[in-house]
Amino acid sequence: MENQVMKEVLNEKNFAALDQVIEANKDRKGALMPILHEAQNIFGALPIEVQTVISEKLDISLAEIYGVVTFYSQFSLVPKGEFVIGLCLGTACYVKGAQNILDRLETELGIKVGETSKDGKFTLEATRCLGCCGLAPVMVINEKVYGRLEPGQITGILKQYK
Amino acid sequence: MEKVTLTINGIQVQAPKDYTILKAAREIGIHIPTLCYLEGVNEIGACRVCVVEVERARALLTACTTPVAEGMVVKTNSKRVREARKMVVELILANHNRECLVCDRNGSCELQKLTEELGIKEVSYEGVKRTPTIDDFSPSIVRDTSKCILCGRCIATCKNVQEIGILEFTNRGFNTEVSPAFNSSMTEMPCIYCGQCVNACPVAALREKSSIDDVWEAIDNPDLHVIVQSAPAVRAALGECFDNPIGTNVTGKMATALHMMGFDKVFDTNFAADLTILEEGTELLGRIKNGGVLPMITSCSPGWINFAELNYPELLPHLSSCKSPHQMFGAIMKTHYAKMNNIDPKKIYVVSVMPCTAKKYECKREEMGRDGYLDVDTVITTRELGKMIKQASIDFNELAEGKFDEYYGDYSGAAVIFGATGGVMEAALRTVADVLTGKDLEAIEYKAVRGEERIREAEVQIGDLTVKAAVTHSAAGARKIMEMIKAGEADYHFIEIMGCDGGCVNGGGQPHVSATNRVGIDIRLERAKALYSEDESLEIRKSHKNPSITRLYEEFLGEPNSHVAHEVLHTHYAGRDKYNLKK
Repeated sequence: MENQVMKEVLNEKNFAALDQVIEANKDRKGALMPILHEAQNIFGALPIEVQTVISEKLDISLAEIYGVVTFYSQFSLVPKGEFVIGLCLGTACYVKGAQNILDRLETELGIKVGETSKDGKFTLEATRCLGCCGLAPVMVINEKVYGRLEPGQITGILKQYK
Repeated sequence: MEKVTLTINGIQVQAPKDYTILKAAREIGIHIPTLCYLEGVNEIGACRVCVVEVERARALLTACTTPVAEGMVVKTNSKRVREARKMVVELILANHNRECLVCDRNGSCELQKLTEELGIKEVSYEGVKRTPTIDDFSPSIVRDTSKCILCGRCIATCKNVQEIGILEFTNRGFNTEVSPAFNSSMTEMPCIYCGQCVNACPVAALREKSSIDDVWEAIDNPDLHVIVQSAPAVRAALGECFDNPIGTNVTGKMATALHMMGFDKVFDTNFAADLTILEEGTELLGRIKNGGVLPMITSCSPGWINFAELNYPELLPHLSSCKSPHQMFGAIMKTHYAKMNNIDPKKIYVVSVMPCTAKKYECKREEMGRDGYLDVDTVITTRELGKMIKQASIDFNELAEGKFDEYYGDYSGAAVIFGATGGVMEAALRTVADVLTGKDLEAIEYKAVRGEERIREAEVQIGDLTVKAAVTHSAAGARKIMEMIKAGEADYHFIEIMGCDGGCVNGGGQPHVSATNRVGIDIRLERAKALYSEDESLEIRKSHKNPSITRLYEEFLGEPNSHVAHEVLHTHYAGRDKYNLKK
């Protein structure tokens, strides 16, 4: 795990919490999914250090766990940034110019969709329809919604989070 | 089992209730093509090639997973079925690297054969191809996703037969890939290089790392004295590369072919198998007498050694310190043979023909050599030897029965059976019994240790000693035995463990047998039979009765487990990290 954030997260306290989660779930059927969910809550991501522990304790191969983690989009191998930007690329937003907004976000943040900025601040994600097409093009930063976006607004919005 | 009556292609058939349509059809000689299906290992209906039309069913159903039912009416070759199969295979081909002419599996590819059988003349779906991953970091196995068709046969084999689970479907949708965790190299995962995934692969997505060019180059180099040896299991399977039935013994033809290929000497790993018995048998008796670590476990199988080092480092003292037979052989060549024939060991090039991909890794281990050279320079698989014989334009089936060169090509029947699970144990018992009783015993067939059962046990009364023995095969069996040892439940003196299911005859370097040709035949048993019958046909059937082995001890080693023997023929092991990912 290249970034500093992850190093800090991989601490004794969190691994102890993971042990508890595994202990509480390991005898139930289909224990892997709930454990992965909890583990992601604890560590913010599911890096190899976390997956190997789960693999050993559940006696499930690392490959199988990795297969599950990469199948579901809610699991992440790298920690998400402090602020997760979800830009809608649903049909309505797309027609209303979401691609231009995306291009602008990528340039401003210096990362591509699915990546997290080096300082651990921002993660950029493209989402499906957010269900508020009247506001197209729309994006959410953590819980806050920004609608009827113009590329020119992006710099100003991001500034509030930097 | 209760039977049901169904109709397949207008023929009424009775089949047990738990049969699939595929199985019921096969019993009456109706062939349904398959691709991802591997009997008993992978029966998941993933590829959709085996679809059939079932009356009153809305969609086509996969024959390999759909159970038969009373009154079912099945059509296996209707127009609708044929077209669906064609489309399925065309879609697979659309994302397949179709450089078939220069592919490792050209001629033995199951996808190629299916394409021909279905009459596919063009691929109408030309689309985007996945960016391929080629992992050729290991000395044993190459993984090439440009060839992968996502059938899952390797995954099921590694997970369910070996119970290791290195490979898995990763990512999702179009980006799905069969890969180790974190898309890492197999060298970074606890892969034992057994090559069972290679045997399971219908295409060339998993294949051995070829050393054919190295061997030809060595043969062509006038400065090198090139010696070849071949493992017991090779002779039981090589014939399959030339369309002989499974279980044909081709010892004599193989010897002739090796001579014709231009090797300077054609010897036999069997010689070293006999040597192994003397070294390992003596080590065992020593441990029993002197209160050494018991049970002692065989160390012939490098897949098993890898498994032990990766998973049970704390139990490594149980392993015999003997090198595997072909490594012993290489070591003898570069020491004794070199001296006797006045050849600089650095100019001797030893090639091992093995049924194994893990041997390719083993021969590169740094313990396996001295003074800056290796005991064995190159390992090729049975498959690679088959290819080389073809490249040399040798008409294999027409060859006369030849012989191995004398001395280091001499062997007993005990050595031949090393290739089958239980063989090393039986060979050892033959010698240990004679040594302990001081007699030349006539009852030499220990049938309790033969067969395919996962764990077999035998108690053999030899003089005053009841020798307790156990035999297991496959990494799954190895894990069971190791857990027993850990729990203090393994009350044995001696355990034979082979890394592959069935032992070396079913090793990861043996000729490919298509899933279709595996039906109704146990290739492990058929190949093993070829070895047991060669054993029966031989006059000398005990390792210590091989006069060339006696000669080797007189000329060079002194006695079993002597200082020289330890120096040349024995090795050591070390625990390794399971995961070697660069973080």
